[in-house]
Amino acid sequence: MTEVPSRNAGGHGQAEKPVRLSGEPFAWRHLLYLAPGLALYALFCLWPVIQTIQFSFHRWDGITDARWVGLRNYIQVFTSAQTLTVFGNGLIMIIFYAVLPVLIGLLIVAIMTRIRIRLLSVFRTVLFLPQILATVVVAVAWRWIYAYDGPINALLSAVGLGSLSRAWLGDFDTALISVGLIGTWINFGLCMVLFIGGAQKIDTQLYEAARLDGAGPFQEFMAVTLPGLRGEISIALVLTVTNALRNFDIVWNTTSGGPGTSTLVPSYLIYEGAFITRNVGFAAAASVVLTVLILVLTGVITRLMRSED
Amino acid sequence: MESRKEVIAGHLVLIFGALIALHPFVSIILQALTPAPGSTATGWTLENFIGAWTRGGFSQSLVNSAIVAFAVVFVTAVAAVLAGYVLSVLKFRWRVAVFALLMIGLVLPSEARIIPLYNFFSSTGLLNTYWALILPQIASSLPLATFWMANYFAQLPNSLAEAASLDGAGEFEILRYIYAPLGLSAVLTLSCLIFLYTWNEFMLALVLMPDNVAVQTAPLSLSFFAGNERTTEPEVIAAAAVLVALPVVLAYFFLQRRFMSGLLEGAVK
Repeated sequence: MTEVPSRNAGGHGQAEKPVRLSGEPFAWRHLLYLAPGLALYALFCLWPVIQTIQFSFHRWDGITDARWVGLRNYIQVFTSAQTLTVFGNGLIMIIFYAVLPVLIGLLIVAIMTRIRIRLLSVFRTVLFLPQILATVVVAVAWRWIYAYDGPINALLSAVGLGSLSRAWLGDFDTALISVGLIGTWINFGLCMVLFIGGAQKIDTQLYEAARLDGAGPFQEFMAVTLPGLRGEISIALVLTVTNALRNFDIVWNTTSGGPGTSTLVPSYLIYEGAFITRNVGFAAAASVVLTVLILVLTGVITRLMRSED
Repeated sequence: MESRKEVIAGHLVLIFGALIALHPFVSIILQALTPAPGSTATGWTLENFIGAWTRGGFSQSLVNSAIVAFAVVFVTAVAAVLAGYVLSVLKFRWRVAVFALLMIGLVLPSEARIIPLYNFFSSTGLLNTYWALILPQIASSLPLATFWMANYFAQLPNSLAEAASLDGAGEFEILRYIYAPLGLSAVLTLSCLIFLYTWNEFMLALVLMPDNVAVQTAPLSLSFFAGNERTTEPEVIAAAAVLVALPVVLAYFFLQRRFMSGLLEGAVK
Protein backbone atom coordinates (compact mmCIF):
# COMPACT_ATOMS: atom_id res chain seq x y z
CA MET A 1 0.00 0.00 0.00
CA THR A 2 1.64 3.21 -1.09
CA GLU A 3 0.88 6.20 1.07
CA VAL A 4 -1.63 8.46 -0.54
CA PRO A 5 0.07 11.80 -1.22
CA SER A 6 -1.53 14.62 0.67
CA ARG A 7 -3.44 16.90 -1.59
CA ASN A 8 -3.23 19.75 0.87
CA ALA A 9 0.54 19.79 1.16
CA GLY A 10 1.73 23.34 0.67
CA GLY A 11 -1.63 24.31 -0.67
CA HIS A 12 -2.88 26.39 2.22
CA GLY A 13 -3.96 29.88 1.32
CA GLN A 14 -3.20 29.48 -2.33
CA ALA A 15 -5.67 30.88 -4.75
CA GLU A 16 -6.08 27.74 -6.82
CA LYS A 17 -6.84 25.57 -3.84
CA PRO A 18 -9.95 23.72 -4.94
CA VAL A 19 -12.54 24.18 -2.26
CA ARG A 20 -14.74 21.35 -3.39
CA LEU A 21 -12.18 18.63 -3.36
CA SER A 22 -9.95 19.22 -0.38
CA GLY A 23 -11.96 21.61 1.73
CA GLU A 24 -14.25 19.00 3.22
CA PRO A 25 -12.51 15.82 4.17
CA PHE A 26 -15.79 14.45 5.37
CA ALA A 27 -19.15 14.70 3.75
CA TRP A 28 -22.07 12.37 4.09
CA ARG A 29 -22.26 11.87 0.36
CA HIS A 30 -18.73 10.45 0.44
CA LEU A 31 -20.18 7.51 2.32
CA LEU A 32 -22.32 6.80 -0.73
CA TYR A 33 -19.19 6.00 -2.73
CA LEU A 34 -18.02 3.60 -0.07
CA ALA A 35 -21.38 2.07 0.78
CA PRO A 36 -21.75 -0.59 -1.93
CA GLY A 37 -18.31 -2.08 -1.40
CA LEU A 38 -18.13 -1.78 2.35
CA ALA A 39 -21.63 -3.17 2.87
CA LEU A 40 -20.84 -6.33 0.91
CA TYR A 41 -17.44 -6.60 2.54
CA ALA A 42 -18.84 -6.24 6.03
CA LEU A 43 -21.73 -8.62 5.44
CA PHE A 44 -19.85 -11.43 3.71
CA CYS A 45 -16.34 -11.06 5.06
CA LEU A 46 -16.09 -9.30 8.42
CA TRP A 47 -19.34 -10.45 10.00
CA PRO A 48 -18.72 -14.15 9.18
CA VAL A 49 -15.28 -13.90 10.77
CA ILE A 50 -16.76 -12.48 13.96
CA GLN A 51 -19.32 -15.29 13.97
CA THR A 52 -16.62 -17.89 13.46
CA ILE A 53 -14.82 -16.58 16.52
CA GLN A 54 -18.09 -16.72 18.43
CA PHE A 55 -18.79 -20.31 17.33
CA SER A 56 -15.33 -21.35 18.43
CA PHE A 57 -16.35 -20.87 22.08
CA HIS A 58 -19.41 -23.08 21.73
CA ARG A 59 -20.20 -26.72 21.39
CA TRP A 60 -22.59 -26.94 18.48
CA ASP A 61 -23.80 -29.57 16.02
CA GLY A 62 -25.21 -26.96 13.65
CA ILE A 63 -28.83 -27.82 14.45
CA THR A 64 -29.69 -27.86 18.15
CA ASP A 65 -28.88 -25.04 20.56
CA ALA A 66 -25.24 -24.14 20.94
CA ARG A 67 -23.69 -24.48 24.39
CA TRP A 68 -20.96 -22.17 25.72
CA VAL A 69 -17.84 -24.20 26.50
CA GLY A 70 -15.22 -21.48 26.90
CA LEU A 71 -11.81 -22.52 25.66
CA ARG A 72 -12.56 -26.23 25.46
CA ASN A 73 -12.48 -26.35 21.64
CA TYR A 74 -9.12 -24.60 21.62
CA ILE A 75 -7.78 -26.98 24.24
CA GLN A 76 -8.90 -29.83 22.01
CA VAL A 77 -7.14 -28.29 19.01
CA PHE A 78 -3.89 -28.03 20.93
CA THR A 79 -4.02 -31.36 22.76
CA SER A 80 -5.71 -33.90 20.49
CA ALA A 81 -3.12 -36.12 18.88
CA GLN A 82 -4.98 -36.07 15.58
CA THR A 83 -5.23 -32.29 15.36
CA LEU A 84 -1.56 -31.92 16.17
CA THR A 85 -0.65 -34.39 13.41
CA VAL A 86 -2.90 -32.52 11.01
CA PHE A 87 -1.31 -29.16 11.81
CA GLY A 88 2.06 -30.92 11.59
CA ASN A 89 1.10 -32.01 8.07
CA GLY A 90 0.28 -28.37 7.36
CA LEU A 91 3.78 -27.38 8.42
CA ILE A 92 5.27 -30.16 6.26
CA MET A 93 3.29 -28.66 3.38
CA ILE A 94 5.17 -25.40 3.97
CA ILE A 95 8.41 -27.23 3.18
CA PHE A 96 7.00 -28.43 -0.14
CA TYR A 97 4.91 -25.40 -1.10
CA ALA A 98 7.24 -22.66 0.09
CA VAL A 99 10.75 -23.71 1.08
CA LEU A 100 11.52 -26.02 -1.86
CA PRO A 101 10.21 -23.64 -4.57
CA VAL A 102 12.14 -20.72 -3.05
CA LEU A 103 15.35 -22.79 -2.90
CA ILE A 104 14.86 -23.98 -6.48
CA GLY A 105 14.22 -20.41 -7.58
CA LEU A 106 17.34 -19.15 -5.81
CA LEU A 107 19.49 -21.93 -7.22
CA ILE A 108 18.35 -21.09 -10.71
CA VAL A 109 18.74 -17.37 -10.30
CA ALA A 110 22.28 -17.97 -9.03
CA ILE A 111 23.09 -19.51 -12.41
CA MET A 112 21.27 -16.75 -14.26
CA THR A 113 22.77 -13.61 -12.79
CA ARG A 114 25.81 -13.69 -15.03
CA ILE A 115 23.96 -14.02 -18.31
CA ARG A 116 21.40 -12.22 -20.38
CA ILE A 117 18.38 -14.44 -20.91
CA ARG A 118 17.01 -14.89 -24.40
CA LEU A 119 13.27 -15.33 -24.92
CA LEU A 120 12.68 -14.33 -21.32
CA SER A 121 9.01 -13.50 -21.90
CA VAL A 122 8.36 -16.96 -23.37
CA PHE A 123 9.97 -18.64 -20.36
CA ARG A 124 8.01 -16.40 -18.02
CA THR A 125 4.71 -17.26 -19.65
CA VAL A 126 5.37 -20.99 -19.48
CA LEU A 127 6.77 -20.99 -15.95
CA PHE A 128 3.74 -19.08 -14.75
CA LEU A 129 1.22 -21.49 -16.25
CA PRO A 130 0.81 -23.64 -13.10
CA GLN A 131 -0.29 -20.52 -11.21
CA ILE A 132 -3.28 -19.83 -13.41
CA LEU A 133 -4.67 -23.36 -13.79
CA ALA A 134 -7.61 -24.21 -11.55
CA THR A 135 -6.45 -26.37 -8.64
CA VAL A 136 -9.02 -29.00 -9.60
CA VAL A 137 -7.47 -29.24 -13.05
CA VAL A 138 -4.02 -29.49 -11.49
CA ALA A 139 -5.25 -32.27 -9.22
CA VAL A 140 -6.78 -34.21 -12.11
CA ALA A 141 -3.55 -33.89 -14.13
CA TRP A 142 -1.37 -35.06 -11.24
CA ARG A 143 -3.67 -37.93 -10.37
CA TRP A 144 -2.88 -39.26 -13.81
CA ILE A 145 0.85 -38.62 -13.43
CA TYR A 146 0.91 -40.47 -10.12
CA ALA A 147 -1.46 -43.23 -11.27
CA TYR A 148 -0.35 -46.84 -11.23
CA ASP A 149 -0.28 -46.89 -15.04
CA GLY A 150 0.84 -43.26 -15.27
CA PRO A 151 4.02 -41.58 -16.55
CA ILE A 152 6.09 -41.77 -13.35
CA ASN A 153 5.80 -45.52 -13.05
CA ALA A 154 6.34 -45.89 -16.80
CA LEU A 155 9.54 -43.87 -16.48
CA LEU A 156 10.69 -45.97 -13.52
CA SER A 157 10.23 -49.25 -15.32
CA ALA A 158 11.87 -47.84 -18.45
CA VAL A 159 15.06 -47.22 -16.48
CA GLY A 160 14.85 -50.60 -14.76
CA LEU A 161 13.47 -49.38 -11.43
CA GLY A 162 10.06 -50.93 -11.98
CA SER A 163 10.16 -52.45 -8.49
CA LEU A 164 9.75 -48.95 -7.05
CA SER A 165 6.53 -48.27 -8.92
CA ARG A 166 3.35 -47.92 -6.89
CA ALA A 167 0.12 -45.92 -6.67
CA TRP A 168 1.92 -42.87 -5.30
CA LEU A 169 -1.12 -41.13 -3.84
CA GLY A 170 -2.51 -44.30 -2.29
CA ASP A 171 0.60 -45.43 -0.44
CA PHE A 172 1.04 -44.53 3.23
CA ASP A 173 4.74 -43.86 2.71
CA THR A 174 4.49 -41.61 -0.32
CA ALA A 175 1.06 -39.92 -0.26
CA LEU A 176 2.03 -36.86 1.78
CA ILE A 177 5.24 -36.29 -0.19
CA SER A 178 3.37 -36.75 -3.47
CA VAL A 179 0.73 -34.17 -2.52
CA GLY A 180 3.48 -31.83 -1.36
CA LEU A 181 5.37 -32.12 -4.63
CA ILE A 182 2.26 -30.97 -6.49
CA GLY A 183 2.58 -27.78 -4.46
CA THR A 184 6.25 -27.53 -5.35
CA TRP A 185 5.27 -27.78 -8.99
CA ILE A 186 2.58 -25.10 -8.62
CA ASN A 187 4.93 -22.62 -6.97
CA PHE A 188 8.43 -23.11 -8.40
CA GLY A 189 7.71 -21.14 -11.55
CA LEU A 190 6.30 -18.23 -9.54
CA CYS A 191 9.51 -18.09 -7.49
CA MET A 192 11.70 -18.29 -10.59
CA VAL A 193 9.82 -15.50 -12.32
CA LEU A 194 9.90 -13.30 -9.22
CA PHE A 195 13.61 -13.87 -8.58
CA ILE A 196 14.75 -13.52 -12.20
CA GLY A 197 12.82 -10.24 -12.37
CA GLY A 198 14.37 -9.09 -9.11
CA ALA A 199 17.91 -10.08 -10.06
CA GLN A 200 17.72 -8.02 -13.21
CA LYS A 201 17.08 -4.94 -11.12
CA ILE A 202 20.28 -5.42 -9.12
CA ASP A 203 22.92 -2.87 -10.08
CA THR A 204 25.55 -4.63 -12.23
CA GLN A 205 28.23 -2.44 -10.65
CA LEU A 206 27.74 -4.41 -7.45
CA TYR A 207 28.71 -7.56 -9.31
CA GLU A 208 31.72 -5.89 -10.87
CA ALA A 209 32.81 -4.61 -7.48
CA ALA A 210 32.42 -8.09 -6.00
CA ARG A 211 34.48 -9.58 -8.80
CA LEU A 212 37.20 -6.97 -8.38
CA ASP A 213 37.33 -8.01 -4.73
CA GLY A 214 37.99 -11.54 -5.96
CA ALA A 215 34.62 -13.01 -5.06
CA GLY A 216 33.80 -16.39 -6.61
CA PRO A 217 30.31 -17.26 -7.87
CA PHE A 218 29.22 -18.46 -4.43
CA GLN A 219 30.47 -15.42 -2.51
CA GLU A 220 29.01 -13.19 -5.18
CA PHE A 221 25.64 -14.85 -4.72
CA MET A 222 25.77 -14.50 -0.93
CA ALA A 223 27.02 -10.91 -0.99
CA VAL A 224 25.11 -9.40 -3.89
CA THR A 225 22.25 -11.52 -5.25
CA LEU A 226 20.73 -12.76 -2.01
CA PRO A 227 20.53 -9.34 -0.29
CA GLY A 228 19.28 -7.82 -3.55
CA LEU A 229 16.40 -10.28 -3.69
CA ARG A 230 15.19 -9.77 -0.14
CA GLY A 231 11.95 -8.11 -1.24
CA GLU A 232 11.14 -10.80 -3.80
CA ILE A 233 11.95 -13.62 -1.37
CA SER A 234 9.63 -12.07 1.16
CA ILE A 235 6.78 -11.84 -1.37
CA ALA A 236 7.37 -15.39 -2.57
CA LEU A 237 7.35 -16.75 0.97
CA VAL A 238 4.20 -14.89 2.00
CA LEU A 239 2.33 -16.16 -1.05
CA THR A 240 3.55 -19.74 -0.90
CA VAL A 241 3.24 -20.18 2.87
CA THR A 242 -0.36 -18.95 2.67
CA ASN A 243 -0.94 -21.38 -0.21
CA ALA A 244 0.55 -24.22 1.76
CA LEU A 245 -1.66 -23.72 4.79
CA ARG A 246 -4.80 -23.26 2.71
CA ASN A 247 -4.16 -26.42 0.77
CA PHE A 248 -7.71 -27.74 0.61
CA ASP A 249 -8.45 -28.09 -3.11
CA ILE A 250 -5.49 -30.30 -3.97
CA VAL A 251 -6.00 -32.64 -1.02
CA TRP A 252 -9.76 -32.92 -1.58
CA ASN A 253 -9.26 -33.73 -5.25
CA THR A 254 -6.35 -36.14 -4.94
CA THR A 255 -6.37 -38.12 -1.69
CA SER A 256 -9.30 -36.81 0.41
CA GLY A 257 -6.91 -36.89 3.33
CA GLY A 258 -6.07 -40.56 2.93
CA PRO A 259 -4.84 -43.17 2.95
CA GLY A 260 -5.91 -43.28 6.58
CA THR A 261 -5.22 -39.77 7.79
CA SER A 262 -1.79 -39.51 6.20
CA THR A 263 -2.56 -36.46 4.04
CA LEU A 264 -5.08 -34.76 6.33
CA VAL A 265 -4.34 -31.01 6.44
CA PRO A 266 -5.93 -28.26 8.59
CA SER A 267 -8.39 -26.92 5.98
CA TYR A 268 -9.61 -30.43 5.31
CA LEU A 269 -10.09 -31.04 9.02
CA ILE A 270 -12.09 -27.80 9.25
CA TYR A 271 -14.28 -28.79 6.32
CA GLU A 272 -14.93 -32.24 7.79
CA GLY A 273 -15.72 -30.90 11.23
CA ALA A 274 -17.98 -28.18 9.93
CA PHE A 275 -19.96 -30.03 7.30
CA ILE A 276 -19.58 -33.78 7.75
CA THR A 277 -19.14 -34.68 11.41
CA ARG A 278 -20.94 -31.44 12.37
CA ASN A 279 -18.58 -30.58 15.20
CA VAL A 280 -18.99 -26.92 14.32
CA GLY A 281 -17.44 -25.34 17.41
CA PHE A 282 -14.29 -27.38 17.06
CA ALA A 283 -14.04 -26.64 13.33
CA ALA A 284 -14.47 -22.93 14.07
CA ALA A 285 -11.71 -23.05 16.69
CA ALA A 286 -9.42 -24.88 14.25
CA SER A 287 -10.08 -22.25 11.59
CA VAL A 288 -9.30 -19.44 14.04
CA VAL A 289 -6.03 -21.18 14.90
CA LEU A 290 -5.25 -21.65 11.20
CA THR A 291 -5.98 -17.99 10.46
CA VAL A 292 -3.82 -16.80 13.35
CA LEU A 293 -1.04 -19.12 12.20
CA ILE A 294 -1.18 -17.63 8.69
CA LEU A 295 -1.20 -14.08 10.08
CA VAL A 296 1.72 -14.74 12.42
CA LEU A 297 3.83 -16.51 9.80
CA THR A 298 3.28 -13.87 7.13
CA GLY A 299 3.93 -11.14 9.70
CA VAL A 300 7.17 -12.79 10.83
CA ILE A 301 8.33 -13.28 7.24
CA THR A 302 7.75 -9.67 6.23
CA ARG A 303 9.37 -8.38 9.41
CA LEU A 304 12.42 -10.64 9.15
CA MET A 305 13.02 -9.82 5.52
CA ARG A 306 12.71 -6.10 6.13
CA SER A 307 14.50 -5.49 9.42
CA GLU A 308 18.00 -6.46 8.35
CA ASP A 309 18.52 -3.32 6.35
CA MET B 1 31.25 -10.74 -19.29
CA GLU B 2 29.10 -13.77 -20.01
CA SER B 3 30.88 -16.93 -21.00
CA ARG B 4 29.45 -19.21 -23.64
CA LYS B 5 29.27 -22.14 -21.26
CA GLU B 6 27.28 -20.18 -18.70
CA VAL B 7 24.84 -18.99 -21.35
CA ILE B 8 24.17 -22.52 -22.56
CA ALA B 9 23.94 -24.02 -19.08
CA GLY B 10 21.61 -21.27 -17.91
CA HIS B 11 19.27 -21.71 -20.83
CA LEU B 12 19.28 -25.48 -20.49
CA VAL B 13 18.14 -25.07 -16.89
CA LEU B 14 15.38 -22.71 -17.99
CA ILE B 15 14.24 -25.09 -20.72
CA PHE B 16 14.20 -27.95 -18.22
CA GLY B 17 12.11 -25.87 -15.81
CA ALA B 18 9.72 -24.86 -18.58
CA LEU B 19 9.28 -28.50 -19.63
CA ILE B 20 8.43 -29.49 -16.07
CA ALA B 21 5.95 -26.64 -15.82
CA LEU B 22 4.33 -27.68 -19.08
CA HIS B 23 4.39 -31.44 -18.70
CA PRO B 24 1.25 -32.10 -16.60
CA PHE B 25 -0.91 -29.85 -18.74
CA VAL B 26 0.44 -31.20 -22.02
CA SER B 27 0.12 -34.79 -20.87
CA ILE B 28 -3.50 -34.25 -19.91
CA ILE B 29 -4.21 -32.71 -23.33
CA LEU B 30 -2.59 -35.72 -25.01
CA GLN B 31 -4.59 -38.09 -22.82
CA ALA B 32 -7.80 -36.23 -23.71
CA LEU B 33 -7.05 -36.68 -27.41
CA THR B 34 -6.42 -40.42 -27.08
CA PRO B 35 -9.38 -42.68 -27.95
CA ALA B 36 -11.01 -44.11 -24.82
CA PRO B 37 -11.20 -47.89 -24.45
CA GLY B 38 -14.15 -49.18 -26.46
CA SER B 39 -13.95 -46.33 -28.91
CA THR B 40 -13.76 -47.08 -32.61
CA ALA B 41 -11.66 -44.00 -33.34
CA THR B 42 -8.02 -44.35 -34.36
CA GLY B 43 -5.32 -41.75 -33.94
CA TRP B 44 -6.26 -38.44 -32.31
CA THR B 45 -9.92 -37.86 -31.60
CA LEU B 46 -12.16 -35.18 -30.20
CA GLU B 47 -14.88 -37.56 -29.06
CA ASN B 48 -13.73 -37.43 -25.41
CA PHE B 49 -14.48 -33.71 -25.45
CA ILE B 50 -17.92 -34.39 -26.85
CA GLY B 51 -18.44 -37.05 -24.19
CA ALA B 52 -17.39 -34.66 -21.41
CA TRP B 53 -19.47 -31.84 -22.83
CA THR B 54 -22.66 -33.89 -22.91
CA ARG B 55 -22.26 -36.48 -20.13
CA GLY B 56 -20.53 -34.21 -17.63
CA GLY B 57 -22.90 -31.32 -18.22
CA PHE B 58 -20.00 -28.98 -18.85
CA SER B 59 -21.99 -26.94 -21.35
CA GLN B 60 -24.06 -25.82 -18.34
CA SER B 61 -21.29 -25.51 -15.74
CA LEU B 62 -19.02 -23.45 -17.99
CA VAL B 63 -21.89 -21.02 -18.49
CA ASN B 64 -22.46 -20.98 -14.71
CA SER B 65 -18.79 -20.20 -14.11
CA ALA B 66 -18.96 -17.39 -16.64
CA ILE B 67 -22.09 -15.92 -15.01
CA VAL B 68 -20.52 -16.01 -11.55
CA ALA B 69 -17.15 -14.69 -12.70
CA PHE B 70 -18.54 -11.82 -14.75
CA ALA B 71 -20.95 -10.80 -12.01
CA VAL B 72 -18.16 -10.77 -9.42
CA VAL B 73 -15.77 -8.90 -11.70
CA PHE B 74 -18.35 -6.29 -12.66
CA VAL B 75 -19.65 -5.50 -9.18
CA THR B 76 -16.17 -5.58 -7.64
CA ALA B 77 -14.76 -3.27 -10.29
CA VAL B 78 -17.55 -0.72 -9.93
CA ALA B 79 -17.44 -0.79 -6.13
CA ALA B 80 -13.64 -0.56 -6.12
CA VAL B 81 -13.56 2.40 -8.51
CA LEU B 82 -16.07 4.27 -6.33
CA ALA B 83 -14.27 3.39 -3.11
CA GLY B 84 -10.80 3.98 -4.53
CA TYR B 85 -11.87 7.43 -5.73
CA VAL B 86 -13.34 8.53 -2.43
CA LEU B 87 -10.38 7.15 -0.49
CA SER B 88 -7.52 8.52 -2.54
CA VAL B 89 -8.86 11.55 -4.42
CA LEU B 90 -11.59 12.88 -2.16
CA LYS B 91 -9.53 11.94 0.91
CA PHE B 92 -12.33 10.43 2.91
CA ARG B 93 -11.64 11.45 6.50
CA TRP B 94 -11.56 7.98 8.02
CA ARG B 95 -9.66 6.45 5.15
CA VAL B 96 -6.90 5.10 7.38
CA ALA B 97 -9.51 3.15 9.32
CA VAL B 98 -11.12 1.93 6.10
CA PHE B 99 -7.76 0.78 4.73
CA ALA B 100 -7.02 -1.03 7.98
CA LEU B 101 -10.38 -2.76 7.83
CA LEU B 102 -9.75 -3.82 4.23
CA MET B 103 -6.28 -5.05 5.17
CA ILE B 104 -7.92 -7.78 7.26
CA GLY B 105 -9.67 -9.17 4.20
CA LEU B 106 -6.45 -9.25 2.22
CA VAL B 107 -4.99 -12.09 4.28
CA LEU B 108 -8.12 -13.87 5.44
CA PRO B 109 -8.46 -17.52 4.36
CA SER B 110 -11.90 -18.79 3.25
CA GLU B 111 -11.79 -21.24 6.14
CA ALA B 112 -12.30 -18.36 8.56
CA ARG B 113 -15.73 -17.48 7.19
CA ILE B 114 -17.02 -20.61 5.53
CA ILE B 115 -19.20 -21.88 8.41
CA PRO B 116 -21.19 -18.66 9.01
CA LEU B 117 -21.56 -18.18 5.25
CA TYR B 118 -23.07 -21.63 4.96
CA ASN B 119 -25.46 -20.93 7.84
CA PHE B 120 -26.43 -17.56 6.41
CA PHE B 121 -27.21 -18.85 2.94
CA SER B 122 -29.00 -21.93 4.16
CA SER B 123 -31.22 -19.89 6.50
CA THR B 124 -32.07 -17.42 3.72
CA GLY B 125 -32.78 -20.19 1.22
CA LEU B 126 -30.01 -18.95 -1.07
CA LEU B 127 -27.83 -22.03 -0.73
CA ASN B 128 -27.38 -23.69 -4.12
CA THR B 129 -28.01 -20.45 -6.02
CA TYR B 130 -25.64 -18.13 -7.90
CA TRP B 131 -25.94 -15.63 -5.06
CA ALA B 132 -24.27 -17.99 -2.61
CA LEU B 133 -21.09 -17.86 -4.65
CA ILE B 134 -21.25 -14.35 -6.09
CA LEU B 135 -21.74 -12.37 -2.88
CA PRO B 136 -18.91 -13.92 -0.81
CA GLN B 137 -16.51 -13.69 -3.73
CA ILE B 138 -17.26 -10.01 -4.27
CA ALA B 139 -16.52 -9.52 -0.58
CA SER B 140 -13.21 -11.35 -0.76
CA SER B 141 -12.13 -9.58 -3.97
CA LEU B 142 -12.95 -6.09 -2.72
CA PRO B 143 -9.93 -5.44 -0.47
CA LEU B 144 -7.39 -6.12 -3.21
CA ALA B 145 -9.51 -4.27 -5.77
CA THR B 146 -9.95 -1.20 -3.58
CA PHE B 147 -6.25 -0.96 -2.73
CA TRP B 148 -5.52 -1.40 -6.40
CA MET B 149 -7.74 1.46 -7.57
CA ALA B 150 -6.84 3.74 -4.66
CA ASN B 151 -3.15 3.31 -5.46
CA TYR B 152 -3.74 3.92 -9.12
CA PHE B 153 -5.80 7.08 -8.61
CA ALA B 154 -3.28 8.39 -6.08
CA GLN B 155 -0.56 8.25 -8.73
CA LEU B 156 -2.49 10.53 -11.07
CA PRO B 157 -1.58 14.23 -10.84
CA ASN B 158 -3.79 16.32 -8.55
CA SER B 159 -4.03 19.01 -11.18
CA LEU B 160 -6.52 16.88 -13.12
CA ALA B 161 -9.18 17.08 -10.49
CA GLU B 162 -8.33 20.65 -9.60
CA ALA B 163 -8.67 21.89 -13.17
CA ALA B 164 -11.96 20.09 -13.62
CA SER B 165 -13.22 21.40 -10.32
CA LEU B 166 -12.37 24.98 -11.33
CA ASP B 167 -14.33 24.36 -14.51
CA GLY B 168 -17.30 23.64 -12.30
CA ALA B 169 -17.37 19.85 -12.51
CA GLY B 170 -18.86 18.11 -9.50
CA GLU B 171 -17.19 15.28 -7.64
CA PHE B 172 -19.10 12.62 -9.47
CA GLU B 173 -18.52 14.20 -12.88
CA ILE B 174 -14.80 14.29 -12.15
CA LEU B 175 -14.89 10.56 -11.47
CA ARG B 176 -17.15 9.85 -14.42
CA TYR B 177 -15.29 11.87 -17.04
CA ILE B 178 -11.70 11.98 -15.79
CA TYR B 179 -10.74 9.32 -13.29
CA ALA B 180 -12.84 6.42 -14.52
CA PRO B 181 -11.63 6.67 -18.15
CA LEU B 182 -8.03 7.12 -17.02
CA GLY B 183 -8.33 4.14 -14.71
CA LEU B 184 -9.65 1.85 -17.41
CA SER B 185 -6.36 0.06 -17.94
CA ALA B 186 -5.93 -0.56 -14.21
CA VAL B 187 -9.51 -1.81 -14.05
CA LEU B 188 -8.83 -4.25 -16.90
CA THR B 189 -5.74 -5.72 -15.25
CA LEU B 190 -7.61 -5.98 -11.99
CA SER B 191 -10.53 -7.65 -13.77
CA CYS B 192 -8.24 -10.31 -15.23
CA LEU B 193 -6.96 -11.08 -11.77
CA ILE B 194 -10.39 -11.30 -10.15
CA PHE B 195 -11.73 -13.32 -13.07
CA LEU B 196 -8.92 -15.81 -12.57
CA TYR B 197 -9.49 -16.17 -8.83
CA THR B 198 -13.25 -16.42 -9.21
CA TRP B 199 -13.15 -18.92 -12.04
CA ASN B 200 -10.77 -21.19 -10.13
CA GLU B 201 -12.46 -21.01 -6.71
CA PHE B 202 -13.26 -24.43 -5.36
CA MET B 203 -13.91 -24.55 -1.62
CA LEU B 204 -16.66 -21.91 -1.54
CA ALA B 205 -18.41 -23.59 -4.47
CA LEU B 206 -18.18 -26.99 -2.80
CA VAL B 207 -19.77 -25.74 0.41
CA LEU B 208 -22.24 -23.20 -0.92
CA MET B 209 -23.66 -24.92 -4.01
CA PRO B 210 -23.26 -28.64 -3.29
CA ASP B 211 -26.62 -30.03 -4.43
CA ASN B 212 -27.76 -28.08 -7.45
CA VAL B 213 -26.20 -29.19 -10.72
CA ALA B 214 -27.95 -26.35 -12.55
CA VAL B 215 -25.81 -23.65 -10.89
CA GLN B 216 -22.56 -25.51 -10.17
CA THR B 217 -19.38 -23.98 -11.52
CA ALA B 218 -16.96 -25.78 -13.81
CA PRO B 219 -14.26 -26.68 -11.24
CA LEU B 220 -16.90 -28.17 -8.93
CA SER B 221 -18.47 -30.15 -11.77
CA LEU B 222 -15.03 -31.37 -12.74
CA SER B 223 -14.34 -32.48 -9.19
CA PHE B 224 -17.59 -34.49 -9.02
CA PHE B 225 -17.15 -35.82 -12.56
CA ALA B 226 -13.58 -36.92 -11.86
CA GLY B 227 -14.66 -38.54 -8.62
CA ASN B 228 -16.75 -41.06 -10.58
CA GLU B 229 -13.85 -42.97 -11.99
CA ARG B 230 -15.78 -46.21 -12.04
CA THR B 231 -18.29 -44.89 -14.55
CA THR B 232 -16.11 -42.45 -16.48
CA GLU B 233 -13.04 -43.20 -18.57
CA PRO B 234 -9.88 -41.32 -17.58
CA GLU B 235 -9.64 -39.97 -21.12
CA VAL B 236 -13.04 -38.30 -20.78
CA ILE B 237 -12.07 -36.88 -17.38
CA ALA B 238 -8.92 -35.49 -18.96
CA ALA B 239 -11.01 -33.89 -21.70
CA ALA B 240 -13.26 -32.35 -19.05
CA ALA B 241 -10.23 -30.93 -17.23
CA VAL B 242 -8.97 -29.37 -20.46
CA LEU B 243 -12.41 -27.83 -21.05
CA VAL B 244 -12.42 -26.30 -17.57
CA ALA B 245 -8.90 -24.92 -17.94
CA LEU B 246 -9.28 -23.70 -21.50
CA PRO B 247 -11.09 -20.36 -21.01
CA VAL B 248 -8.54 -19.19 -18.46
CA VAL B 249 -5.56 -20.52 -20.41
CA LEU B 250 -6.75 -18.81 -23.61
CA ALA B 251 -7.36 -15.56 -21.76
CA TYR B 252 -3.91 -15.93 -20.22
CA PHE B 253 -2.14 -16.33 -23.55
CA PHE B 254 -3.94 -13.40 -25.13
CA LEU B 255 -3.70 -11.10 -22.13
CA GLN B 256 -0.54 -12.46 -20.55
CA ARG B 257 0.98 -9.07 -19.89
CA ARG B 258 -2.05 -8.11 -17.83
CA PHE B 259 -2.20 -11.41 -15.99
CA MET B 260 1.51 -11.40 -15.23
CA SER B 261 1.69 -7.82 -14.03
CA GLY B 262 -1.56 -8.33 -12.16
CA LEU B 263 -0.41 -11.41 -10.31
CA LEU B 264 3.00 -9.97 -9.49
CA GLU B 265 1.74 -6.54 -8.45
CA GLY B 266 -1.16 -8.09 -6.59
CA ALA B 267 1.43 -10.02 -4.65
CA VAL B 268 3.35 -6.89 -3.76
CA LYS B 269 0.27 -5.39 -2.17
